[in-house]
Amino acid sequence: MLAQQFVNAISLGGVYALFALGFTLIFGVLNVVNLAHGAMFMLGAYTALQAVLLFELPLAVAVAAAIAVTAGAGWLLDRLILAPLRARQAPHLAPMIATIGLAISLNSTVQGIFGAENLRFPVHGLAADGLRLGGAQITWLELQIIILAFLLMAALLWWLMRTRMGCALRALAESRKAAALLGIDVEGLFRMTSVIASLLGGVSGVLIALYTNAVFPQMGQPMLHKGIAVVILGGMGDIRGALLGGFFLGFAEVFSIAYVGSTMRDAVAFGLLFAILLLRPEGLFGKAAQRRA
Amino acid sequence: MQLKRILLGVLVVFGCIPGLSWAQIKIGVAEALTGNAAQYGVPIRKGFELAASEINAGGGINGRKIELIVEDEQGKKEEAINVFKKLIFQDKVLMLFGPTLSNSAQASDPVAQGAKVVVFGTSNTADGITSIGNYVFRNSVTEADILPVTLKVAAQKTGLKKVAVLYGNDDIFTKSGYDNFKKALEALKIPVTTTETFAKGDVDFKPQLTKIKASNADAIVLSALVAEGAPAMVQARQLGIALPFIGGNGMNSPKVFDLAKDNSDNLWVGSPWSIENPSAENKRFIAAYQKAHNALPDQFAAQAYDAMYIVAQALKKLKLSGKIEADRSALRNVLPAVQITGATGTFKFRQVNGKDGKPAGYDAVQTAIVMMTKANRYVIQK
Repeated sequence: MLAQQFVNAISLGGVYALFALGFTLIFGVLNVVNLAHGAMFMLGAYTALQAVLLFELPLAVAVAAAIAVTAGAGWLLDRLILAPLRARQAPHLAPMIATIGLAISLNSTVQGIFGAENLRFPVHGLAADGLRLGGAQITWLELQIIILAFLLMAALLWWLMRTRMGCALRALAESRKAAALLGIDVEGLFRMTSVIASLLGGVSGVLIALYTNAVFPQMGQPMLHKGIAVVILGGMGDIRGALLGGFFLGFAEVFSIAYVGSTMRDAVAFGLLFAILLLRPEGLFGKAAQRRA
Repeated sequence: MQLKRILLGVLVVFGCIPGLSWAQIKIGVAEALTGNAAQYGVPIRKGFELAASEINAGGGINGRKIELIVEDEQGKKEEAINVFKKLIFQDKVLMLFGPTLSNSAQASDPVAQGAKVVVFGTSNTADGITSIGNYVFRNSVTEADILPVTLKVAAQKTGLKKVAVLYGNDDIFTKSGYDNFKKALEALKIPVTTTETFAKGDVDFKPQLTKIKASNADAIVLSALVAEGAPAMVQARQLGIALPFIGGNGMNSPKVFDLAKDNSDNLWVGSPWSIENPSAENKRFIAAYQKAHNALPDQFAAQAYDAMYIVAQALKKLKLSGKIEADRSALRNVLPAVQITGATGTFKFRQVNGKDGKPAGYDAVQTAIVMMTKANRYVIQK
């Protein structure tokens, strides 16, 4: 049982980490708590699902479609909502509230078109096949989610640390004014970040929908609540923190079910989270009074 | 006869419709036709309409036709109250069917009780609805009646000795299902190895299922809606758990074949109605419904269809005076004695007590059909 719970915790943690990556990126660079990230997640899942159902596309192409649509939505999010608010130097809460509005509109639109009920990807066998690891079952999909969470994190870190654009992005996260003075295309980078963060949300939406067998308009909401906790725990805006926070929450939930009881799951998991924040208010990787990408 | 029809036609053509309305029996239908509960309300409406058109085509009630006045209560309490008031005081209906959800019924049924109008629910399964008063009727069977039968049959057929329980603890419906399962398990003296919970919107059930697997249960009792229950079944099979699932009413939906495709076998549920039930009444209903709506009926349509025939039976015994208050209470007095055999099997009423301990409204007495899923179909076990 212990081995299986370990596997359960890693795959659940992978799910949370995958969701939190895009969420934390947008906070780190744009300094916006993007409460529409759950809606992007849902949009990605619905796009891929419709691509499979309506056009009978193979899953890989459906994922590409989800990436295209959520990237476009990310572009629009910045162009139509975040950029105008930036230009007017709107107070801190304004973009956050605006993203709540966007999330509600997206959820309602999808519900209006496809209905409120649960849908499911018609791909059989894919999610169920797996392998045995010393008494524990793990499906290929779980394995892919875990590996992908690490790969994406590594790619993001590499991009931020080793490329010119990443360098510019970090400069931007440090100080917008200084970055602009250095000749960095600030607006372009903001938009780029919104696009990348949204498509990350979209990809994780497809994967998690495959993993959980459930696509529904509100699917992003519970994920968003946990995502916020994960990102705060890891240190707002820190990519490694998102990953570590995700796995921490996964382990805390699974082992509180295993050893305390399922009714106590959220109490134990979030109690631990609270205790850690008391000790390190800036999160695991956060640095007090200093933002980082 | 022919002459009479022509005369009637002439009357209609010349706009003497008010003169005609005495000949019709007005029945209000208040169901959720839009919103989330419309998935239940729409088939319910279709069930009523099918039965009413059959009754009217067969000469109506002692020569008088049934006229349905349909209103949308949107699955909301406030709207249900509004619609009830409109039907009772403005349209002056003889009686009311509805509302769709138990939640709405708690709010709107007292309106009908106060006005002394029969209100007949076909889909309200929560405890306490019929204890509102002696004008409240329902033919929907409660989980308290069905779950013990489901458990008993499943125990006999699978030989289970002990079970694990999994339920959603933050939803009124699944929580009350759990309470009923618990009572039934105690009555049948079936020990519980472990009781696990999940929350609304959860997507991962593997930690709970892993624990259940380790507890060496013979079956998993599941009080969940399909939205969570179906993924839980899939994940159980992924973990190599081949145990039977015993589900409540929330799992009694053909959607399980879709949402848990290829992993939906060995789920036991009980219901007053099954599409696989080969009785003559049921076959006739299914065929008529398919012809009228070009779709297969569900449990909600079947219960509405039977409810209309129950009322028709009572109306046949009545001599309507035309005085609405007198007719409304006369209907209340004859309705409790009705017994029929319909699409949902044999049916009669049973009076329940109100909160003050005095006799109040009427619940259904029906035998549950216990089914097991196999290869994307329900197979009747009893």
